[in-house]
Amino acid sequence: MNEKTTPLIKFDSVVKRFPGVVANDEVSFEVEEGTIHSLLGENGAGKTTLMKILYGLYRQNSGSIYLRGEKTEIDSPTKAIELGIGMVHQHFKLVSNHTVIENIALGLSDVSVTRPTQQIERKLIELAGKYGLEVDPRAKIWQLSAGEKQRVEILRALYRGAEILILDEPTSVLTPGETERLFGVLEEMVTGGKNVIFITHKLDEVMKISDRVTVLREGRVIDTLDTASTNKQELSKKMVGREVLFDLERNPCDRGENVLEVEGITGYNDKGVVAVDDLSFSVCEGEILGVAGVAGNGQRELAEVLTGLREATSGRVLINGKDLTNASPREIAEERVAHVPEDRIKQGIVGKLTLSDNAILKNYRKKPFSRGMFINYRKVKEWTKDLIEEFNVKVPGADTPANLLSGGNIQKLILGREVSSDPRLIIASHPTYGLDVGAAEQIRNLLLKQRDNGVAVLLISENLTEVTSLSDRIAVIFEGNLMGLVERNETTRDEIGMMMAGTRFEQLER
Amino acid sequence: MIEAWVIGTLARTLAYGTPLLLGTLGEIYSERSGVVNLGVEGMMIMGAISAFATAFTTGNPWLGILVAAIAGGLAALVHAFASITLRANQVVSGLALTMLGLGLSGLFGKGFEGKPLDSTISNVTVPLLKDIPYLGKILFIDQNPIVYISIVLTPILSYILFKTSIGITIRSVGENPAAADSAGINVWKVRYACVLLGGVLAGIAGGYLSIAYRPAWTQGMTGGMGWLVIALTIFASWKPGRGLVGAYIFGALIHLSYRLQPFVAPQLLKMMPYAFAILALVALAIGPGKQKSEEPNSLMEPYVRGEK
Repeated sequence: MNEKTTPLIKFDSVVKRFPGVVANDEVSFEVEEGTIHSLLGENGAGKTTLMKILYGLYRQNSGSIYLRGEKTEIDSPTKAIELGIGMVHQHFKLVSNHTVIENIALGLSDVSVTRPTQQIERKLIELAGKYGLEVDPRAKIWQLSAGEKQRVEILRALYRGAEILILDEPTSVLTPGETERLFGVLEEMVTGGKNVIFITHKLDEVMKISDRVTVLREGRVIDTLDTASTNKQELSKKMVGREVLFDLERNPCDRGENVLEVEGITGYNDKGVVAVDDLSFSVCEGEILGVAGVAGNGQRELAEVLTGLREATSGRVLINGKDLTNASPREIAEERVAHVPEDRIKQGIVGKLTLSDNAILKNYRKKPFSRGMFINYRKVKEWTKDLIEEFNVKVPGADTPANLLSGGNIQKLILGREVSSDPRLIIASHPTYGLDVGAAEQIRNLLLKQRDNGVAVLLISENLTEVTSLSDRIAVIFEGNLMGLVERNETTRDEIGMMMAGTRFEQLER
Repeated sequence: MIEAWVIGTLARTLAYGTPLLLGTLGEIYSERSGVVNLGVEGMMIMGAISAFATAFTTGNPWLGILVAAIAGGLAALVHAFASITLRANQVVSGLALTMLGLGLSGLFGKGFEGKPLDSTISNVTVPLLKDIPYLGKILFIDQNPIVYISIVLTPILSYILFKTSIGITIRSVGENPAAADSAGINVWKVRYACVLLGGVLAGIAGGYLSIAYRPAWTQGMTGGMGWLVIALTIFASWKPGRGLVGAYIFGALIHLSYRLQPFVAPQLLKMMPYAFAILALVALAIGPGKQKSEEPNSLMEPYVRGEK
C-alpha cells in the first residue's frame, strides 16, 4: 500500500468495555478514502458498538480515532455530524408520527426557526433526485415501507452534509429488490465522492458491494482485506472461526394429517389496520411450513391470532380438528401447542424470575410441580436441571435470573420448555433472530428433530435462508395476504423474493 | 333578561376558564416533551399563596404574579429533577408535589387567611371594541388583563409547537427520545425546559386566582383545578387551540355551578365539572381511534441512553 496516502479513518487500539464483556478489544484498522468498507462479523462481534463510538453515541475506554490523519475526540452525535459522519441505525431512529420533513428538521442547526418546512422540502427534493432516493416529503413515517424509511435516514444524513455514511445492517429489513436499489444508491454516492461503511453479517453482500472488508470476531479485528482478493469461504472462516455447515441435515419429508388448519382468518394490528387478510393454509404432522415475508407484513399478528393473543375478526382456526378460533392462550396451549414468541425477552420469559421459575411458566399448576396451592420446588429444580442439560443451556445454575442469560441460551430455555410439554404443533416466530451461528444451528436442528418426531411446525422467519433450508413448504405473505404457497423443491430464492415484494405466485414469469 | 344572563355567563366564563387555560397550555408542553406533571394542583396553589403574600406585603400585584411564576417553576424543577434526572416514577413525583404544595401553602397561608387584598390587578374595559354588539360585552368589558394574556399566548404556543423547529424538537423528544438524541438533541434539556414552562404557567394560574379572580387567600382555593388541567390536556389532544375551547367549557361549568345554586343542590353542581371531565375522557377513549395517536408515544417513559 502507498504509505503517503492518509487513511480517511484510522482506529487505533480502540477498547470498549461493558459490564461483564469487552465489546471492542484493541480494535485497529484503516478505512480508505472513496471506498465502500464492510464490517463483517456475527451478532455480538462488536461491529455496532465500534460504529456507535465513531458516531459519538459511546465513548471508548481507551484508544483513539484519527480522521484524515488528525486525532479526533467524538463525544456526541452532534460532533460526529459536524465532522461529516452520518449513521443509519439498524432500528430506524425516526419519529413515526411525524412527517419526513419534520424528521429531517429534527436537530438541524442551520434552518429557519420560524418556518423550517418550506426550506427543507426544496433541498430534500433536490438531494433525492441526485441520488435516486425518492420519497414523499410530506408523508408520515408510519405510512412508509421499510425501504422508504431507510431512504429518509440516508437523506437525513446527506442533508447534514455527511461525507462518511455508516449503515448498520441496512438490508435486514429490505426485500431483495429494495436491496438492489440500495446498492445502486450507495455506488452512486461513492462515485459522487462520499464514503460508506457497511455493517453486515451477510457474506454475499460483502462480496457484492464493498471494496474492502474488516472482519470482527468477539470484539477483535481478525483481518482487513480487499474483497477482490478473497472469497466467501475464507471470509466465513475468519468470521466464525471454524467451518460452518451451510446445509443442515435433513430427512425426507413424511407428511401426515393436518394438525393446524387456518380458514380465511383476518386480524387487525395495533393501529387498527388489517394486518392478516383472509389467510388460509394448513400444517400437517411432520411438516415444517415456513412463512416468509419482509418484516411487518403481518407475521407478528398471524402468530398472535393463532396463539390466542390477538382477536381474529373472521375466519376459523382448527387445531387437531377442534375449533379454537379466539380461544384463550391457555385453551390453545392445552391442545399441545407450543409457542416460541417473536420477542423472546418480553414475551418468552419473565426476566427477573429464576431459570427454574421460567422453566415451569407454562405448567406450574400441573403435577408433579404443584401440590394444591404449593409448588414442589424439589421437583422443579430436578426438572430444570434435566432441561439445562438436555438442551445445552449454558448457565451458572437453576437459580440464575433468566435475564442474565444470552439470547441464544434464553432461546434454548424457551424451546426446551415448549418442546418438553410434548407438543403437536410448534409455532416459532423468528426463532434464531439475533443468535450467533452456533446457537442458531442448534435451534434449527431442534426444530428439525421435532418435525421428524411427527410434530407440525409453523416457522415464521424473515431469514430467507433459514426458511428455505428448513421448510417443506413455504408460504409467502405480503401486507397480510398470501402471495403463494409452494413446495420448497419447486421454487427458487428469486421467486420467493418476488413474492415477498408483492407479486402473486400466479403472476410470476416461470 | 335571558340575553343579559347569557352574556353575563359567557363573560364570566372567560374569567373562570383562564386559570384552566394557563395550566393546560403548560401541561401540554410538558406532556408533549414526554413528562406527565400531576403536580399542577400543587404548583397552582403554591403560586396562589406566594402571589398573595407578595402582593399583600409589597402592594404590587404584578410582582406577586412574577413570584408565583418563580414558585411554580421551582416546584417544577423538583419534579424535573426527580423524573428526568433521577428517572423516578412521574406519577409518584407529581402526586408528592401536589400533596407538598397543598400542605406548604396551608402552613404559610395561615397568617393571610381572611385578609383583604387592596392591591389587585383590576379589570379593564377596552375602548371602541367594547361597542361591538354582543362580543364587546362578552370579551371587552370588565375583563382581567391576564385573561387577554392567556388568549394571546394560545396561538403563539400553538404556532411554536406545530410550525417551528423548536416545536418539532419538543414533539420528537416526547415521541421518540432515542431518535432525538441520535439527531443531536439534548433530550434532558428539552424536557427540563418544558416541565419548567409547565410549572411557571401553573404558578401564574394560581397567582391569577388569588390576586385577580378572587383577591383573597383561602386554604385549598384551587379546589381541584389542577386536576381538571390534567384531564383537559387529554381532552385537548395535546393541542393548545383545543385546550382553549376545553378550558372555557369547563370554565362555564364552574361558573354555572355557582349561578345555578338557587335551583339545584350545590353538592351536585360542585361535582359537575369533574363528572363532565370523566365523561369527556370516556367519550374520547371509546370514540373514533384518531385521538389515541395524538398521545406522545414516550409519555411517562424516562429516557436512558443506550437502550433500544
